[in-house]
Amino acid sequence: MNQADRLDWLSDYLARLEVGQVVVHSNDAQGLAPAHRLTLAPEHWALAAHVAAEMGMRHAGLWADPLDAEGDDEPAIRVYACLELHGDYLALETHVPLSQPLLESQTPIFSGLDRLERHAHDLTGVIVANHPDDRRWTRHQAWPADRFPLRHDFPLAGESVKRTPADVEYPFVRVQGAGVYEIPVGPVHAGIIEPGHFRFQAMGEDVLRLEERLGYVHKGIEKLGVGRDPAGLARLAGRVSGDSTVAHAWAACQAMERATGCRVPPRALSLRALLAERERIANHLGDIGAICNDVGFAFAHVQCARLREQWQRRSRELFGHRFMMDTIIPGGVAHDLSAAAFHALRLDHAALHRAVEPLFDVIEDHSSLDDRLDNTGILSRVDALALGCTGYVGKASGIDFDVRHHSPYPPYDSVRVEVPVQTEGDVAARVRVRMAEVRGSLWMLDRLLDALPEGEIAAPLPSPAPGAMALGLIEGWRGEILCFVRFDAAGHIARYFPRDPSWFTWPALERLILGNIVPDFPVCNKSVNGSYAGQDL
Amino acid sequence: MIIVTWLIAFIQALLIAALAPLLIGWVRKVKAWLQNRRGPSLLQPYADLRKLLVKEIRVPHTASPLFRASPYIVFVAIWLAAATIPLVALDLPTSRIADIIVLVGLLALARFFLALAGMDAGTAFGGMGASREMLISALAEPAMLVAVFTLAMTAHSTSLVSVIDHHLTDGFLLRPSYLFALGALLLVALAECGRIPVDNPATHLELTMIHEAMLLEYAGRHLALMEWAAWIKLLLYGVIIANLFFPWGVAQDFSPLALGLGLAAVLFKLMILGAVLAVSETALAKMRLFRVPAFLNLALLLALLGLLSHVILEVGA
Repeated sequence: MNQADRLDWLSDYLARLEVGQVVVHSNDAQGLAPAHRLTLAPEHWALAAHVAAEMGMRHAGLWADPLDAEGDDEPAIRVYACLELHGDYLALETHVPLSQPLLESQTPIFSGLDRLERHAHDLTGVIVANHPDDRRWTRHQAWPADRFPLRHDFPLAGESVKRTPADVEYPFVRVQGAGVYEIPVGPVHAGIIEPGHFRFQAMGEDVLRLEERLGYVHKGIEKLGVGRDPAGLARLAGRVSGDSTVAHAWAACQAMERATGCRVPPRALSLRALLAERERIANHLGDIGAICNDVGFAFAHVQCARLREQWQRRSRELFGHRFMMDTIIPGGVAHDLSAAAFHALRLDHAALHRAVEPLFDVIEDHSSLDDRLDNTGILSRVDALALGCTGYVGKASGIDFDVRHHSPYPPYDSVRVEVPVQTEGDVAARVRVRMAEVRGSLWMLDRLLDALPEGEIAAPLPSPAPGAMALGLIEGWRGEILCFVRFDAAGHIARYFPRDPSWFTWPALERLILGNIVPDFPVCNKSVNGSYAGQDL
Repeated sequence: MIIVTWLIAFIQALLIAALAPLLIGWVRKVKAWLQNRRGPSLLQPYADLRKLLVKEIRVPHTASPLFRASPYIVFVAIWLAAATIPLVALDLPTSRIADIIVLVGLLALARFFLALAGMDAGTAFGGMGASREMLISALAEPAMLVAVFTLAMTAHSTSLVSVIDHHLTDGFLLRPSYLFALGALLLVALAECGRIPVDNPATHLELTMIHEAMLLEYAGRHLALMEWAAWIKLLLYGVIIANLFFPWGVAQDFSPLALGLGLAAVLFKLMILGAVLAVSETALAKMRLFRVPAFLNLALLLALLGLLSHVILEVGA
């Protein structure tokens, strides 16, 4: 897609806004690269979303940014909403005074925003009017209801609560009726997985309703980002969700590089893509095996675990870390690839290809496995679209969006990215998408090595203009990662917000489980595999 | 003589309890091999038992005395049931006082207390496991009874010893009813012992569990007894299948040579059966819970076919 075709729908959108008498205060193509930024009055916030929905836009996230009180200006909270259509991004921006931070909710229009708006309220105090669900989300009992950690009067070190009280009175929605019973699961689980609470309303074995309660691994990532230098933020971003460390670090670095106008050397970009595809393969392999294990097919699990382990050992050998943490730094990458490593990778790719093909054949053709995975946990295309699911969850339900394909960032602008799409939307489809992505990434890894440019692996990050900000948009292995970075006047980070794709796939799990039986929940959950840490922040 | 036979019966009962962890260890080992893994040692289940036996016991605040009593009742009932089956030798006094119906009754007693204990602590998982266990046993028990009745009809006795005796004296005679009954018993054994494809003993997923869900609240010695009882049950089914359908080698008198041979034979048969179980567990995924009734209906159907073919083909033949 060349530059002239970009945002060809923007004039249409602006015209429709004008019909709705929405006043666009500022129309800025550069202020929040790569998105086109529109500043609106708060009273038009919901209407602008409504018009966007009419045009078929997808919601890519919403976050609030409490501004420092500067001079005589009244302190305010800026709120952003990011929308996407045909691979082009639009950022809506408004600001509300801190004294009365009232804003109309966009959740009635984009249901996937439910928890993002509640999260924004819990952390910044922006009051989202007309929200269908006004319960707290990220806030458990670690800070009181009238304190908002992202505001500037909240100390960076946090406020000491000697012992966090148990979060016992969260009002779960109950289903009433004869024979309906409740199954509480978690937050402590039997396996080595992250903490999250699931509340089932079931009748016999049928799930009538599932409600998730997350936030148990809230680490205050956004607050921890405040005041960091770029290198520090990259390290923090690598710890948003350990299994997506490469993707999140890349998203944060990309945002910082866009904000500062840094030109990353081509070799560094290719190496970043190499890392990201390695991460994708490792996680998909682990997931495919884990899904099979959840239906008692341990054979595939053990084989996938073995392949993944070998793959990660190579990552450790070449990049110093099994998950390749801290390998992506602002301006480039930390480790170069030697000639010997180059050769070893070639052999690895061929070996993995030989190993996965027969294994994937077994998984695809095994009737006893098909019996469990086919028609289990179906997510309709309508639901996936409404929630804004990307990654394998969206692709398995017929949504072909992939940032690498639709809004390619270098080096994907010069590599062919095939997007595997399935239409069934069931667990089996999500497994097939993962297998196709493993194959596709393996193919891409070799193309990246073929065309690996020579040269530097890192460039210095120029110092940012005061208040410079940008978005990072990366296709992580779970889907589209959006990351917002704003610098302060001293060149430190003033606001960091990473939006993991799990924000939208967690609600998808609540929908796709309906009509299934309780013992099929684990495999449905594993097939979605939302990140707890990435969502809890 | 009576003292000697009782002594042998007693030793045999001890042997069953002692061998049960070995069978589990063997099945796990073969499964590991089939998955290209080395797997833990054959003796690992013994180490697990020892570890659990010395660990502190924790009991939920909500539990009644039934919760504490159940592990002992379950263990004793299953062990007693296992003691009545001819492992090494036929015609032991224990076998004479208990026939197939008592055996099934003892297993049902154990299951009754297991399910009660599962519900006792009042957790959702325990109740779920108990309800699933009851669903399965309600379907498995009739199939099991019909299958063993098929064999009993041939021998005109509900005593396992007479059935095996009859089979041995008849020599090798391929009876269609036996084949059907064998099929039915294999399916029942998989369901009753909580093996794949009915239940997954290795899972950590509470929501999918059947047998393990009822044990979630148990710890220490209680858990050891429950686990051990489950292993003995697997051995029990293994011995029934091995010695009813392939009785060759069972000691018919109490000479040391015959007893030694009987032991070697049954160990060999169990080794083969364990390996077959491991292969089937590797090749199959666990089935969806609501497919289990169909699976057990197949067992019942096979058992009924066995009964019918016995009446039609074998009676008077």
